[in-house]
Amino acid sequence: MSSVVTASVPVIELTGVRKSFGPVDVLKGIDFSVYAGQVTALVGDNGAGKSTLIKGLSGVQPFDEGYVRFAGSPVEINSPTEAGNLGIEVVYQDLALCENLDIVQNMFLGKEDIKTGTLNEPEMELRATKALQSLSVKTVKSVRQKVSSLSGGQRQTVAIARSVLREAKLVILDEPTAALGVAQTEQVLNLVKRLAEQGVAVIIISHNLGDVFKIAHQISVLYLGKMVANLNAKETNYDEVVAYITGAKTQEGAN
Amino acid sequence: MSQLVDSLASGHEGTVKDQFRSYLRRLKGGEMGSVPAIFAILVLTVMFQLASPFFITKLNFANLFVQSAELTMLAAALVFVILLAEIDLAAGVTAGVAMAVYIQLVKVQGWGLIPAMVAAFAVGLVIGFIIGFMVAKIGVPSFVVTLAFFLGFQGMQLVLLGEGGVYRVEDTKVLAIMNQNLPKWGGWAMLAISLAVSYAIALWDRRRRSALDLVNKPISIVYMKLAGLGLIGAISVYFLNQNRSQGSIPILGVPIVVPITIAILFIGTFVLDRTRFGRHLYAVGGNPEAARRAGINVVKIRIAAFVICAFFAVISGVFHASRIGSVDGSAGRTIVLSGVAAAVVGGVSLFGGRGRLAHAAIGAVVISMIDNGLGLLQMASGINYLVQGGVLLLAATIDALARRRGGVITR
Repeated sequence: MSSVVTASVPVIELTGVRKSFGPVDVLKGIDFSVYAGQVTALVGDNGAGKSTLIKGLSGVQPFDEGYVRFAGSPVEINSPTEAGNLGIEVVYQDLALCENLDIVQNMFLGKEDIKTGTLNEPEMELRATKALQSLSVKTVKSVRQKVSSLSGGQRQTVAIARSVLREAKLVILDEPTAALGVAQTEQVLNLVKRLAEQGVAVIIISHNLGDVFKIAHQISVLYLGKMVANLNAKETNYDEVVAYITGAKTQEGAN
Repeated sequence: MSQLVDSLASGHEGTVKDQFRSYLRRLKGGEMGSVPAIFAILVLTVMFQLASPFFITKLNFANLFVQSAELTMLAAALVFVILLAEIDLAAGVTAGVAMAVYIQLVKVQGWGLIPAMVAAFAVGLVIGFIIGFMVAKIGVPSFVVTLAFFLGFQGMQLVLLGEGGVYRVEDTKVLAIMNQNLPKWGGWAMLAISLAVSYAIALWDRRRRSALDLVNKPISIVYMKLAGLGLIGAISVYFLNQNRSQGSIPILGVPIVVPITIAILFIGTFVLDRTRFGRHLYAVGGNPEAARRAGINVVKIRIAAFVICAFFAVISGVFHASRIGSVDGSAGRTIVLSGVAAAVVGGVSLFGGRGRLAHAAIGAVVISMIDNGLGLLQMASGINYLVQGGVLLLAATIDALARRRGGVITR
């Protein structure tokens, strides 16, 4: 792996983050750092707090307590718009694309390029094409295809390319391969790799440890609202990760 | 999936033949647009001409233009809400109320044409806003809200005009819309301007693309489209410029309503295709949740769609008042259903997100032809409704099947 020398400052750094829903403590003081150019896999069993952590980072459900630093400076993320302004993009499991619009239109949705009061289609088409090319996308025939004609993998591609277009610094992928076949999963994983190679910090949530080991640099394990392990993917193995996920093993000093 | 291409296409590549092929592929993929409706126009023309010697006559040809103008405008109004997978059953009576306000202000209050018209349109906009607010902000289904307004406004019309009240429209400017014609040269000028504007826009688009080194479609496609448009336009203007009078005073020329309708549809299409608002309208119609996540104010777009719908509906009301020369308490009750039928028959999807204003116009011609043709054959009006209902059902079925089949190959 071309071990990109990561900048010492994490793109996002969480310290002592907590979140409760009424009496239920979902996040019990999380420390979590993600670096540019790296793929960080966030794993954990159902109910471990993965979704809550992601919702906090994307501003959908702000954290109750704790510190968030973005590229070194303290920030508060209270809405999806604020997250977007910082450069945090979330690619949702259900994708959020408009089937009746084409690829270019979807990639620029809500952020259309306007020239003399009207949509600047050529400019948008060019930039969308460049974004897709920068990810070496070869599976899409035409950028003017309607999304309704795309396969699940192609739709993931469009959703990921949209974050490139928006010059995201942190891209969060929620189960990007959950609904895909083998070949399409491979394509999407390659895409995620290239996204990181462009210097983007990537967080990927996945239940599929096979996928995780293929692309992740760091594997962070949540167990019952605590971050129990931050493992270097090259220095760990499948069994160790499963042990942390199931609670059979706890990192020394984690408690 | 199967094909690996190094550089991404944009759908503009290839020869005329390639473009034609990809168009056929789109048709097969379910993006039929108004092709079935155009086919229906051809079939209906042949059928009615065989059945009645009066169908293709100069007079009836002009009548068809005038009759369908009103329906076109109402169907165009409905396109804005149908694109959001909503419905406005009150569009017709909204126009009725606005016209009742207009005639009251002119006849009883003695207002001038312009202020009374401004007031009528303002009433329409307010009604549209209230409907939109109820639907978008409060969350009452549009079917129920507009059904309530549909019932309530029939009462409002009667209240404004009095039971059985009928008021003659006397303003010559209003009457002229449907009853006066352009001079001969005016029709040709209208055609020339339409072609010139279409050509200029096509060239402008191509310039913008080539400035960024993007591929353009072969220019001959532009010429072919213009030639087709020009041919249909020229035949129409030529016929309309013949004397169609059966009396001694000659009647000839393109009805004034035609250029007005073309101009309004042009502006509406421009907004839908080329502005951020139009793009967001389609996005909300296609997937409201995706639109919301993209930062689009879905509530605002929905309200705006109902306001625009009401505005266009009032224009259709003005056309109606102009054609029949009076305002009465029953205007707009039945036409709204024909309007929905016209939009759907023309190719606007009831599922939202797909459709254009031109589809409304083409669908309106189909519905008007059925109306007109069966009338000439002196069929009972029961037959007319049966046929219209059947056509609507057929169109909605095609829409549902096309949607199931999914999308397109290229643009």
